[in-house]
Amino acid sequence: MSDSKINIAEAPEGISGEGFFATKLSDVVGLARANSLWPLPFATSCCGIEFMATMASHYDVARFGSERMSFSPRQADMLLVMGTIAKKMAPILRQVYEQMAEPRWVISVGACACSGGIFDTYSVLQGIDKVIPVDVYVPGCPPRPEQILDGIMRLQDLVKSESVRRRSSPEYTELLASYNIK
Amino acid sequence: MQSTQADYFPILMQFLLAVGFVVMTIFVSGLLGPKRHSKNKDKNFECGIESVGNARIPFSIKYFLVAILFVLFDVEVIFLYPWAVNFREMGMQGMIKMVVFMILLLIGFFYIIKKKGLEWE
Repeated sequence: MSDSKINIAEAPEGISGEGFFATKLSDVVGLARANSLWPLPFATSCCGIEFMATMASHYDVARFGSERMSFSPRQADMLLVMGTIAKKMAPILRQVYEQMAEPRWVISVGACACSGGIFDTYSVLQGIDKVIPVDVYVPGCPPRPEQILDGIMRLQDLVKSESVRRRSSPEYTELLASYNIK
Repeated sequence: MQSTQADYFPILMQFLLAVGFVVMTIFVSGLLGPKRHSKNKDKNFECGIESVGNARIPFSIKYFLVAILFVLFDVEVIFLYPWAVNFREMGMQGMIKMVVFMILLLIGFFYIIKKKGLEWE
């Protein structure tokens, strides 16, 4: 397949010889996790429409290993929050986040999810990081599919470099405790 | 070539190893893997909404009854078709058999009506 444009994920640094390749476990785990992020779309408004374009054939988020949209948090790694989160929606979002399997990452897509956006009112949550920890913020109102893809690629960088021990570290427990998540 | 039962021992070992490996990897990975449990996390997934009550409550059997009756009489109609096609060839004998078959089902049908099985209110 000389004319195909498929990129294979690059092998991590390591020692290779005849018939063997040795590298760090955390690198391999990071590589595997980063290239198979299963998205859980939490779309509440127009950014969700942009995400529909992102996952459709033209922009095709499947190219980044996010082939399967998960609509249950149990089999998802990447929570994509897209749209205005009203204060009444906040506990629901938190519950969905809490029920995701570890390791889990969150991308906040669009101005509303990041900061409340233009809805600076009593009823709208001023950024989802008030209720759940966020890894990547994608700005825009709404962001273009390219921007969402860029956010996913930034998250892939984070996932690749994450230590396998991070989720059991006291810092992580502290972070969750600051959100009152056990 | 003479073979004794002891010659088959390696096959048994192979079988035990194969099954043992599968069972061990399933259980050991479950035991070794890190887990995080919490009250909220272990709840049923209800799209993030607090679940109310219990799903295991008794509910009306009527829908089930109607569905089963439909299947029963559906099958009866399926048997009627080939009989109708071969009506002349089967003659009187076929007629008697079919009437017996239909009477059996009709008795059941009247029994249901008597028992008010088809009344929804």
